[in-house]
Amino acid sequence: MSKISAMNKRATQALAENISKQVEHFSKKEVECLIREFNVLMAEQNNSGRAVQGLDRGKFISTLHSIFGLTDDRMTGRVFRTFDKDNDSVVSMKEWIEGLSVFLRGTLDEKIKYCFSVYDLNGDNAISREEMLHMLKGRLIRQPNEEDPDEGIKDLVEIILKKMDYDHDGKLSFEDFEKAVKDEHLLLEAFGTCLPDFRVIFFHDSIHSTSARLETCSEY
Amino acid sequence: MGISLTRAAQWTMVSSSTAKLASTPMNESLLKEILHFVERFSSQHPQEAEHVFEEPLQWNTTLVASDFKTDYDISDSDVQSHERDSEGHPLLQLSPPTVYVRSFSQLSKLLHLADDKKLVEVRACLEGKFESNLHPKQSNHQHSSITHRLNVFVLLVTLYNHPIIQVRLNPKAVKNEVEILQVFCGGGDKGLLKSLRYTSDFEFSNGYRAPLWRQVQGDICYLVIEPCDTETLYITCSTAGSFLNGGEENGYERTSDTYEDLVTLLKSRSPHFAEKINQVEVLIVCLIKKAEVALVYFRKTSAGALPGELFSESSTESEEEEEQPYRHPETNTDLPSEYWQIQKLVRYLKDGDQIVTVDTLCAMMDFNLMQESCQMAIQDTGGLKVLLNLLDTDEHKCKIGSLKILRTISHNSQIRRVIVDMRGVQSIVKILDSPVKELKALAAETIANVAKFRRARRNVRLYGGINKLVSLLDCLPNLASLTPSQEEDIEVACCGALALWSCSRSTKNKKAIRKAGGIPLLGRLLKSPLQKMLIPVVGTLQECASEESYRTDIQTLGMIKDLVRNLSSDNDELQMHCASAIFKCAEDKQTRDLVRKYKGLQPLVSLLHKAGNKQLLAAATGAIWKCSISQENVTKFQEYKALEILVNLLTDQPEEVLVNVVGALGEFAQIPANKAAIREFGGIKPLVKLLTSPNQALLVNVTKAVGACATNKDNMVIIDQLDGIRLVWSLLKNPSADVQSSAAWALCACIENAEDAGETARSLIGGFQLIVKLLSSTNNEVLASICAAICKIAKDEENLAILTDFGVVPSLAKLTNTTHDRLRHHLADAIAQCCMWGSNRASFGEAGAVAPLVRNLKSKEGSVQRSTAMALYQLSRNPNNCITMHEKEVVQPLIHMMGSDDEELQEAAAGCVRSIRLLYMANRNAELFTFRN
Repeated sequence: MSKISAMNKRATQALAENISKQVEHFSKKEVECLIREFNVLMAEQNNSGRAVQGLDRGKFISTLHSIFGLTDDRMTGRVFRTFDKDNDSVVSMKEWIEGLSVFLRGTLDEKIKYCFSVYDLNGDNAISREEMLHMLKGRLIRQPNEEDPDEGIKDLVEIILKKMDYDHDGKLSFEDFEKAVKDEHLLLEAFGTCLPDFRVIFFHDSIHSTSARLETCSEY
Repeated sequence: MGISLTRAAQWTMVSSSTAKLASTPMNESLLKEILHFVERFSSQHPQEAEHVFEEPLQWNTTLVASDFKTDYDISDSDVQSHERDSEGHPLLQLSPPTVYVRSFSQLSKLLHLADDKKLVEVRACLEGKFESNLHPKQSNHQHSSITHRLNVFVLLVTLYNHPIIQVRLNPKAVKNEVEILQVFCGGGDKGLLKSLRYTSDFEFSNGYRAPLWRQVQGDICYLVIEPCDTETLYITCSTAGSFLNGGEENGYERTSDTYEDLVTLLKSRSPHFAEKINQVEVLIVCLIKKAEVALVYFRKTSAGALPGELFSESSTESEEEEEQPYRHPETNTDLPSEYWQIQKLVRYLKDGDQIVTVDTLCAMMDFNLMQESCQMAIQDTGGLKVLLNLLDTDEHKCKIGSLKILRTISHNSQIRRVIVDMRGVQSIVKILDSPVKELKALAAETIANVAKFRRARRNVRLYGGINKLVSLLDCLPNLASLTPSQEEDIEVACCGALALWSCSRSTKNKKAIRKAGGIPLLGRLLKSPLQKMLIPVVGTLQECASEESYRTDIQTLGMIKDLVRNLSSDNDELQMHCASAIFKCAEDKQTRDLVRKYKGLQPLVSLLHKAGNKQLLAAATGAIWKCSISQENVTKFQEYKALEILVNLLTDQPEEVLVNVVGALGEFAQIPANKAAIREFGGIKPLVKLLTSPNQALLVNVTKAVGACATNKDNMVIIDQLDGIRLVWSLLKNPSADVQSSAAWALCACIENAEDAGETARSLIGGFQLIVKLLSSTNNEVLASICAAICKIAKDEENLAILTDFGVVPSLAKLTNTTHDRLRHHLADAIAQCCMWGSNRASFGEAGAVAPLVRNLKSKEGSVQRSTAMALYQLSRNPNNCITMHEKEVVQPLIHMMGSDDEELQEAAAGCVRSIRLLYMANRNAELFTFRN
């Protein structure tokens, strides 16, 4: 038994070393922790006998909810799609760690890229009017005297488009989005919450670094 | 009042265990307040006064049956009131020594009867306990919530004395109200309500239960209430009040009027509730809840105007913006298109969730928020309230967006005022504790803008903002390379310094900054290379340097060096603040020496070339003035040709510059060579011209400078030609004592050095009368200077004769009892001089001037001894005076003085003794002669 766990440990370390070279912002120790955490999540997932290579949509979304406090259904689905880079409907270990790197330690540029791809619903490298409308729908209380329930949102979309669409082509290209966010950081999550709250990050970060430190200690 | 009650509440907790009131002034005033309140209660609130308590107030009274008059049944020592409740119990009952009172109207009548023992009765009443022996069956657990009667009274006083109509409800008040009502739920018909519950069990950390996007609207929580007699009520409690909502289907819509609180709403809906609640004990419980609201409100209003605090703020606030009445929104005719757009955005802010709110805030930032029409649009459409409400939510992005707008629109003075009125300062101050640095910086920046008027500054202090702002300053300002996080710290510190700068205009805030340990931190930031950091830091320091303690700290913590260094900055504003800090600090000699040591004098002189920037010029000339009080500095200044530049600044400058320039010239002219230099540079004429200025501070300096220049004969010729003596003389009529004395000193110099000054003096009509009249001034400095002037004027015999005619002798004699040494010195000189005419010696003796002068000989001050000895010598030529002196034992001190090194003093003392001796001899000879015959 102890032999197996020792082998496991060695395998994890090798994997961690490999991944930490490809993913930014995490040390080898931290990657090790994340791998272990990923394995726990995998074990929790009901794999019903199939050999699955990653977290499925349901488990992923419930994890987003429980760990990162992301609850907006419209967004969590998109976050899953963005994490799942190879489109195989599961988030593999590497995809998971890559995603977390943006989540927890991402620079502004990385976050802009990430958010843009979350918001670009159809993947055409632009956020269109319709996409915005879809993402913002229902976020305004309907006024009783208004006939069209989405009138307010439509108006708001026009206001946002006017503000962010620098090249005046009626949709937000990545460049538009990047420029607008760099101008006003608050616009990073303009169409829905898709990044964890900073308090979660603080918390998460401190857990990782403490557990990583503990690991180091226990080795000596 | 608010504060006294808050303190009272603390105090009752202590004393509830002993149930005795300590006899402190605080308690006395509180008792008086309660007494006053109870006495007025039945006339002001007749209806409430008639409510019958379920349990009587009971205490041991000092009143006896005979004190009671009509309206009462008196049998032996027992007394019962005619007034009875529905069951026939008397509302007042006395069975000595205990009295039972069951309504406010009876209580107030009783106090009326107690007459001068009112306070004793109130005290006894408060110390009494809630006893339930009269109606044991009615006593129940409800009273456990009232631990001490005093609390109830205090709260009642608060409540009724101060209208709470405009109160914004807060979650705590609502929670209290709900908790109290819940106690009375159930129990069938006996209860107030069948049931009462929240729709959501989750309570946010700010006490709200409504979802975030509704909190922005002011919604606090939603309740489902089952009354005993009507259908279920769905109620929204919001900061504006309570109202019915659309129930399960349409929970956010308002379907009834808004009531000021839950109880009022329920009263209007449920007759059963209304009936039950009209029992006094319940009423009191409700009042406690209301009073909670009232107390909150109270703290707010009391922050507005406490007489003690109102006038104690710093003098630098004189140029303070006035609190003006609100501008009312204009009629809807000519509103710009931005108005409607902003109105729409405000609606989205109110109705949107967090994402939409942030988007809308960003859209709002695109408007030109510095433009008044946009600022007013935000206020008029209720946007300001939403922005402030956002600050109390948990969403830091919303807070950031809101603060970004608030920091800009708070440049408008009216918006600032509304922010303070809406209790926005508390919310902003609270954000200073946030872990997000961007938020801290924004909050501090907003405070910097809002704290432009006194009430706002006081609010910042009262809510602990000063300590928090000071702690923002803690960063390392001058590292060579910075991590991003350290850079953020510096940004935060900058904003903190900006906010402190605004706050430091109030004296109490200056003290608070010091107490919070702000000075060393400011000193550390002073080493920063960044101008945007240095300007607010030096600005704060120069503002605070009006306080002695700051000046000492600035010097001892080595800040002078940094201030001097920044005099050579390329930023006018920074230079100005540095110069003005030096201006204020250089009153102290050591500081002046330090400025020289760190080579600050040359940069100060070079600032004089920036004649275009008047504020800078005023600060620089001020610094030069104060530095030139040290003669070594004057010598240095001359090396840099400061004098010529200063003389050139005597014309065409605003008064604040002139005051300093002339002040500096006055100091420069203490050196004889400079007196001539001032003349050569053509400075005399503009100086004399300034004697006609109406500015008192300027006049003090001008007369001093003219006086200093007048000691040069050539200067005096010019002054005389320009009619300077008359101008100086007429300044004696100035109402300011400082100007009077300064003018009198200048007069001394002028008269002493002018050719035929006596002639000139006589030509001034009314001049002598004026001088003699000023001898009845109450200001010792004025008296001393006038005495000195009299001494000079009286050197001319004709003048002395005129002065004597105007009664100078008795006026001087009256002053001899003074203990002010400077005055004693000049007074003795004046008396000595005035003895030279006619029978003045005898007159002084008759006016009783001799005895006090003998006493003045014992003064420790050498100049006083000397002048007094000379005056006594003059007076001793009158035999009667000699007798008085001898009686007052003048000889011994005089003999001591004869041993002095000062020849004049020796001579005067000896002369005086000689006079006495001669008189004695003459007397003896006369006696012998009589004897012989």
